[in-house]
Amino acid sequence: MSAATATLRLALLGKPNCGKTALFNLLTGSRQKVANYPGVTVDRKEGQFTTPAGRKFRVLDLPGAYSLNALSIDEEITRDVVLGRLDDEPRPDLIVCVSDATNLKLNLRLVLEVRRLGVPMILALNMTDLAKRRGIVIDVPALARELAMPVVSTVAIQGGGANELIRQLETSLAESGAPAAAWLPPDVADVSATQREVRRILAATVSQPAVDTRLDDRIDRVVLHPVWGMLILAATLFLMFQAVFSWASLPMELIKEGVAVIGQSVGEWMPDTILRSLLVDGIIAGVGSVLVFLPQILILFLFILALEDSGYLPRAAFLLDRLMGTVGLSGRSFIPLLSSFACAIPGIMAARTISNWRDRLTTIMIAPLMTCSARLPVYALIIAAFIPETTVAGVFNLQGLVLFGLYVGGVASAMAVAGVLRLAAGKGVQSPLMLELPSYRWPHGRSLLLGLLERARIFIRRVGGIILSLMVVLWFLSSFPAAPEGASGPAIQYSYAGMLGRALEVVLAPIGFNWQISIALVPGMAAREVAVGALGTVYALSAAGDDVADQLLPMLAASWSLPTAFALLAWYVFSPQCLSTLAVVRRETNSWRYPLLMAAYLFALAYGAAFVTYRVALILTGG
Amino acid sequence: MTAKRLMTLSELPMGQEGTVSSGPFAADGGTVEQETALRLFEIGFIDGERVRVVARGYPGGEPLAVRVGDTMFALRRFEAERVLVTPVCETAP
Repeated sequence: MSAATATLRLALLGKPNCGKTALFNLLTGSRQKVANYPGVTVDRKEGQFTTPAGRKFRVLDLPGAYSLNALSIDEEITRDVVLGRLDDEPRPDLIVCVSDATNLKLNLRLVLEVRRLGVPMILALNMTDLAKRRGIVIDVPALARELAMPVVSTVAIQGGGANELIRQLETSLAESGAPAAAWLPPDVADVSATQREVRRILAATVSQPAVDTRLDDRIDRVVLHPVWGMLILAATLFLMFQAVFSWASLPMELIKEGVAVIGQSVGEWMPDTILRSLLVDGIIAGVGSVLVFLPQILILFLFILALEDSGYLPRAAFLLDRLMGTVGLSGRSFIPLLSSFACAIPGIMAARTISNWRDRLTTIMIAPLMTCSARLPVYALIIAAFIPETTVAGVFNLQGLVLFGLYVGGVASAMAVAGVLRLAAGKGVQSPLMLELPSYRWPHGRSLLLGLLERARIFIRRVGGIILSLMVVLWFLSSFPAAPEGASGPAIQYSYAGMLGRALEVVLAPIGFNWQISIALVPGMAAREVAVGALGTVYALSAAGDDVADQLLPMLAASWSLPTAFALLAWYVFSPQCLSTLAVVRRETNSWRYPLLMAAYLFALAYGAAFVTYRVALILTGG
Repeated sequence: MTAKRLMTLSELPMGQEGTVSSGPFAADGGTVEQETALRLFEIGFIDGERVRVVARGYPGGEPLAVRVGDTMFALRRFEAERVLVTPVCETAP
């Protein structure tokens, strides 16, 4: 029984939106590893699982593909893995083709295309619960006979929904070793022949009542309407940003209180040593001031995940296609750009589904202008310190309105930059859209929860890792060398950080930044939200007393002028300060040219915008 | 007008049912055109398939949201122009 002990390589293949990743999660649980394929930043998701009988599998979740005849980088990777063309990626021993049971017509062609390769295959009919509810009856044994491969039913969003597949994996012996049949890009005649075969098989195995698309169509008549649809989209995005502020206030208050209590009790319990300063001023004050933004980030992600799950996101892309077309982009760029509101990195990586290289490059270049969640803490801090919490027109929260305005500012400048890039590059060929608009679904609670937990984990790991270590470094720079005997100003002025801040202040003073802000911008290069923690540390160390964490707001309000606060907000709309984004751009474009260009243009815009804002605000406030 | 009239998918009035008459064709053999035509074929724009335009973008009437079989795709006009359709006359005897 050597077959039972050797680990078999299994690949999950299917078109986008077929529930492939949900099935992957169900099979492998938490035993997953996300990495990149060599040379490209296409996610390579691999997991492991063992069947009850002890058979071991390594499961690869391939990027979604409609066809082996690839049109995007995602599809190229899928093709190359399936054909065994990648050096470090042996051809899978077994392919599980995941197919949406409610839409076999669109899925079977790929199954037939891959079957020709001669690799052992299993067809997993996913979403069979939904198909049953729609009255679709699939003769599974007949389908298995027609396709000459095992066919199993799965419900990927349900615990135990993969049991039938797992049972099949116990019995089906993967007879690998047979050389893969050669694959040639199909021509129109091939595709027609395959499509005829698909129809014949469907006619013989599936009985389906006329699909009732009336409800979907009725929704779409409004949602895709040029006027009503746009209003709904604007309202949805607006609600999202309002919610980020108003729903989060209670949990944020709790976290803030908690951090203050911890800081205080540690301060009272420890003797007044350098270690206490590190712990209270450096770590608790710094990390606490970033951690407080977890609720807002989670609310933002809750909206994005729910919109994605429901099938609304591609429709928003449809609505915005023409608008984005005026600056040379397509609706396809909308999804990467919306993800960039959470973080530019997944956004830039999502841009690889855009088949047109120029569209993709433009999307990558403007992705950092979408206000990412790391900027949220900075905005939130400054808004809370300088914008009164009043109600406008009875319903709107003024702070929420300002935040919305900053997001709009980012989007508007992104569109302007895309327009300039388009003018610089000249008119190119028209690129295809071909975007699937999947049928509406209620977002699934469990997968939303899993997605949110994942986000929370990433954020907390960031706080515990890079942010924590930067805080310690910053505390060190701000505490040494100590102030000379009989110094009058706060100690930090004489420290390394103070010197660095003063040097930077020369450059940044024209845009209204004082030396404290200048220092905070330096660690902010590694992660934008660190700037908030850094301000916390810098001001904690320059303050005389022990009470720190919860005093940042009034301290800022007292020590910054309004023009300075506005200038910092304007700076952060553009600020190029995120080394990881630049690193991802370098990898995605395979050249230093674009990340350098990106850093340069963002810096120029940030400086210019802050300068104008500062000067105008000075005049308006009578400075 | 009951006579069969061939038109491109982009000319099909909104809400009007049609059947694909001649699947996607590569009008002027450029690579993009050929790839586009092939992919349209692969996603189901094949002879005899029912299609309906559910919505059109604004301004310029593109992109088009097209229901094809059990699926819906957003297409640009130049993509929709690669598919020939015959309108289905609901009142035909």
